[in-house]
Amino acid sequence: MTDSGVYMYAVARDDSDAGPDLRGVLDVPVHKVSRAGLAAYVSEVPLDQFGEEPLTRLLEDLDWVGEVARAHHRVVEAVAGAGPAAPVRLVTVYGGEDQVCDLLERRHDDFEEVLTRVGDRKEWGVKAYADPAALQRTAGGEPGTETGAVSERPGTAYLQRRSAGLRDRDRLRKQAVAWAERLHAALCEVAVAGRRHRPQDPSLSGRDDWMVLNGAYLVDGGRERELAAVVAAFAKMSALAGGDVGGGKEAAPWLDVEVTGPWAPYSFTSLELDRDHVRPEQGRPERGEHGRPERGEPRRGEERRGDGGVR
Amino acid sequence: MTIERPAALEKRAGDVPRGAALAAEGRLPAERVALVDLLDRLLAGGVVVTGDLVISIADIDLVRISLRALIASVRTAGPPATSPSEPSPWEPGPWESGP
Repeated sequence: MTDSGVYMYAVARDDSDAGPDLRGVLDVPVHKVSRAGLAAYVSEVPLDQFGEEPLTRLLEDLDWVGEVARAHHRVVEAVAGAGPAAPVRLVTVYGGEDQVCDLLERRHDDFEEVLTRVGDRKEWGVKAYADPAALQRTAGGEPGTETGAVSERPGTAYLQRRSAGLRDRDRLRKQAVAWAERLHAALCEVAVAGRRHRPQDPSLSGRDDWMVLNGAYLVDGGRERELAAVVAAFAKMSALAGGDVGGGKEAAPWLDVEVTGPWAPYSFTSLELDRDHVRPEQGRPERGEHGRPERGEPRRGEERRGDGGVR
Repeated sequence: MTIERPAALEKRAGDVPRGAALAAEGRLPAERVALVDLLDRLLAGGVVVTGDLVISIADIDLVRISLRALIASVRTAGPPATSPSEPSPWEPGPWESGP
């Protein structure tokens, strides 16, 4: 018999009922730990897997990560389906239920604020991909046509063409990014809040076109259609006007927009609860908040820790 | 929550409307959610608790570790990788990688 820990999935109000027979990671039954009008949904996990040392090793195992992630998601979905819910970050394990109770009590107001804010809103994901070749055609011109005089010396001409090709690519990328900014801003008009996740690695998304937007939007119930309309409008506009140039002629859309959801409000409950009660999102202009669009590309090194989102 | 299929979620013909089709069906069954979309949320969203814990995501550089594993797995088990560039989870966006 190994020691066990308490794995926490989500926090909701105590009157929520995620249903019977809910099972979490390793197919262990999930139960509620109630305190101060709140409930944490938890299950028992063995520390020979969920201790720091074994975990570091197991996280290299994609199958293991996938199973835990899906089990976590399954519980969060059930809880969020029953009422306002604050999902907890993947793999949050306490030594005992007393500590969970203590957390609910100490952070009651923070959780209440999050649950009130979330309400019955849903999170929708919007991912936009730009196809450089289609964008090139729509924007007009072949690579390197803007170079002007080309040297008669082959080596120099090659370098000129290469340099022009890079400039073209850079220009197209900037256009695509600018469109993504506008799309994000338009989606934030419909949403209560928007947040950009960093672009997915092409080998994970399975796509080699440019992912220019990986956004999450917290949307009031009943406004999904408006979100969908914005998505459709942008995809269509991208076919009519290739970025900022060459407008007017119709071509294949170079912007592919995917919608996922509804999700539990994962991206908008990024409350960081530590002893100092820090609100790390303050002074972080790259976070979208209250429908205000974010500016600028996602930066390196961000978003490893939970921050932003809720206020 | 169930919603009717919003007409605007329909994609143009010939597309694989992955997200749209799923979205239109209402709540996403856990097993049909793309793991990469799920990990976006599970590793960058949600309530983060530190202190008094046996383990939390904040204690481990999990994002890097798990995604390295993910990418390695995708590349060995899946179809040939489309990008010849070095795997660099979450860091360089497509517009940041080389020409």
